[in-house]
Amino acid sequence: MNFDFSDDQKLLKEQVRKFLADKCPTKVVRRVLDGNETHADEVWKGLVELGVPATTIPEAYGGLGLSPLELCVIAEEVGRAAAPVPFDSSVVLATEALKLAGTEAQKVKWLPLLASGEATGTVAVAEGPEPPRPRNTRTTFGGGRLNGKKVPVIDGEAASFAIVLANTGGQGERAVSLVLVDLEQAGVSRRRVETVDPARKHAELVFNDAAAELLGAEGEGWRTLERLYDTAAVYLAFAQVGGAEAAMWMARDYALQRQAFGRQIGSYQAIKHKLADCYVKLELARSNAYYGAMMLTDDGADLPLAAAAARIAATDAYDFAAKENIQTHGGIGFTWEADTQFHYRRSRVLALGLGGPMAWKDKLVTRLEQKNVT
Amino acid sequence: MDFNDTPEEAAFRKEVRAWLEANATRKSDDKQSFRARNDDPNLLEKAKAWQAKKAAAGYARITWPKEYGGRGGTPILQVIYQQEESSYLVPLGFFDIGLGMCIPTMMAYATPEQLTRYVKPALYGEEVWCQLFSEPAAGSDVAGIRTRAERDGNDWVINGQKVWTSGAHYSDYGIIITRTDPSVPKHQGLTMFFLSMKTPGVEVRPIKQMSGGANFNEVFFTNVRIPDSQRLGKVGEGWKAALTTLMNERLAVGLPSGGLDVDELMELARDTELEDGPAIRNQQVRGKLAEWYVQQQGLRFTRYRTLTALSKGQTPGPESSIIKIVAASKMQDMGALAMELMGPAGIMKEEVPNAAGFQAQWIAAAGFRIAGGTDEILRNIVAERVLGLPQDVRVDKDVPFNKLK
Ligand SMILES: Cc1cc2nc3c(=O)[nH]c(=O)nc-3n(C[C@H](O)[C@H](O)[C@H](O)COP(=O)(O)OP(=O)(O)OC[C@H]3O[C@@H](n4cnc5c(N)ncnc54)[C@H](O)[C@@H]3O)c2cc1C
Repeated sequence: MNFDFSDDQKLLKEQVRKFLADKCPTKVVRRVLDGNETHADEVWKGLVELGVPATTIPEAYGGLGLSPLELCVIAEEVGRAAAPVPFDSSVVLATEALKLAGTEAQKVKWLPLLASGEATGTVAVAEGPEPPRPRNTRTTFGGGRLNGKKVPVIDGEAASFAIVLANTGGQGERAVSLVLVDLEQAGVSRRRVETVDPARKHAELVFNDAAAELLGAEGEGWRTLERLYDTAAVYLAFAQVGGAEAAMWMARDYALQRQAFGRQIGSYQAIKHKLADCYVKLELARSNAYYGAMMLTDDGADLPLAAAAARIAATDAYDFAAKENIQTHGGIGFTWEADTQFHYRRSRVLALGLGGPMAWKDKLVTRLEQKNVT
Repeated sequence: MDFNDTPEEAAFRKEVRAWLEANATRKSDDKQSFRARNDDPNLLEKAKAWQAKKAAAGYARITWPKEYGGRGGTPILQVIYQQEESSYLVPLGFFDIGLGMCIPTMMAYATPEQLTRYVKPALYGEEVWCQLFSEPAAGSDVAGIRTRAERDGNDWVINGQKVWTSGAHYSDYGIIITRTDPSVPKHQGLTMFFLSMKTPGVEVRPIKQMSGGANFNEVFFTNVRIPDSQRLGKVGEGWKAALTTLMNERLAVGLPSGGLDVDELMELARDTELEDGPAIRNQQVRGKLAEWYVQQQGLRFTRYRTLTALSKGQTPGPESSIIKIVAASKMQDMGALAMELMGPAGIMKEEVPNAAGFQAQWIAAAGFRIAGGTDEILRNIVAERVLGLPQDVRVDKDVPFNKLK
């Protein structure tokens, strides 16, 4: 039984944690939230120097060729800092999509640029206010040309390329394919969209006969996306665990410091038990995330179930910690000035990006039924 | 990361499997046997026989030192044994308090001669032990107990009452926490002893539980005389000794095993028709199933994290403190849902064989949320020990016990 990260991985985690504590304190999150920047570029450059985007990219493509476990510990720290950097979009989604379905040429072209931080990528699936499905994907791809609109696209403004879910004309789930599109071309226009978390900028992308190419086989888009989302769910679960833990300790620190009715508010059970529940949810999430991490290595036979469980537990833990952190702070917690808002906002971005908890619960039970049959 | 056995562990697992195969019956899938199995009047005798067999084979307490009949093995080996045993129909539960709490407390405080006398019979199931802590006026606040022990020459004389004592009616020995000095604040005036349940003046009266059974008891002590040699720890340091007991309770890495869980509930949901089709297709049912699966797995992997730390010789983190908080409510809520799936008949104890086990768990869970630390006390413990939040206001903390109202 070896159900823990190695000493080297813990050391890496500590290193990223120190870096982010130093270079990405909450005032940096606030600066991006309040300002015009697409992301905190100095933090991103620092993470690039630490090798973060190169972590799981094979050495043959200019990466470090480390295991998924290294990226899990990094994700936890990025989540803890609520860092405004293209981690989930580029380091997780775009990178994993290329590794999963890219042709040799596509990998040779993009992975080294991702590893070195010269390029970032993103994944564009949603088309407005409806959970994305093959049948409501109206963006089309044919004859090497992409047409349609994707919104919201995380980091869509700054990304060099996007992996887009597009209709290619098949039946049912096979109606859609993944398409790789260079965003720096005339056929692409981008516009920032306002979201509940301005510290993570999102965009609307409009494709007008944009030159693009298939990523993976035609008609395989939905299946590939599901695999991609399983992998991403595990990494994001670690980010959620980090965020939940940060929110929990923020609430705890305030509960020690704030007095009401002649005592620390942290001595009232309504507060103590609430924070104990944060801890319970956090540990359930952490344990499920560990198993997800384990399933990212080896052949990961149990990844679909492990990823769903990790995602459900981590979403629950982060949602709960983020909202109860504000509640523990009282009035000050509801101000623009307070740091409590960062986790509240981020917890929703992370909860919805790959599909929300209702959808994942349904998916989990479907997978459990399939497993019990076999 | 992996769950792989080391070669030593794999060899042990193989050995355990072969032994179980030769000595026990595999669990049948027949859910209907649930009630019959648990109402068996000869369960204690069967459990004692099984315990003796297990002890003779060296599987009763794998982590105990060899001199006490253990194997000197790692906690992992203990878990491997439990994993394997859980596939077999064996009577369990009668020795957990004794071997999990009482004997470890003895090991911390009793003399070598006493250990030679008491450990082996407990291990072999020949002598059963119980924990005499809770009283009518002191459960969560166990330091508030009133049972008196007064010194008389070389003896102590005990008067008072304990309650909720699991298994007292079939126990041979017990560890008991008493008040020896009421003139000091409550935690300071306590002393721990062990005694035979057959000592004159000890009277055990079973209490019928909500479940219908009577597994816990009132125990009355009237001028019960025991020698000072049965004292565990120093006079006035009974709280420290009690914490040793309670710590062992929390260290027990095991979950309630063998119960009905998500797999069984899914099976029930597949076999049950609601108005719009099988219950398994109902989105609300699916949502609940997913949440319980996530909890089930979360607890399992939390335990693995603890075991990993133990196997590396590190002190485990506090993560296992979440286990009972989650497990007890989950058991209760799953039971309630299983009954709901039967419609109005879900309350019936006949004609709903599929739900009988869940009904029993629904009832038992109400006690599980209280026994061994209530949900509320466990949340306090997490808040105080893990998160470092202040203790509740304790108005009685520094007041001599006999000055409390
Ligand atoms: C099935 C079962 C088996 C048991 N077996 C044994 C045994 O073998 N030996 C033994 O010694 N005892 C045993 N007990 C007793 C058990 O330890 C106590 O019942 C338990 O500690 C609660 O104490 P109480 O019953 O006095 O309830 P109380 O302490 O009176 O609690 C009543 C309610 O008040 C709440 N409460 C109390 N204090 C606080 C607080 N500080 N903050 C917030 N809420 C609080 C509790 O959570 C609970 O909800 C058993 C109990 C059960 C149900």
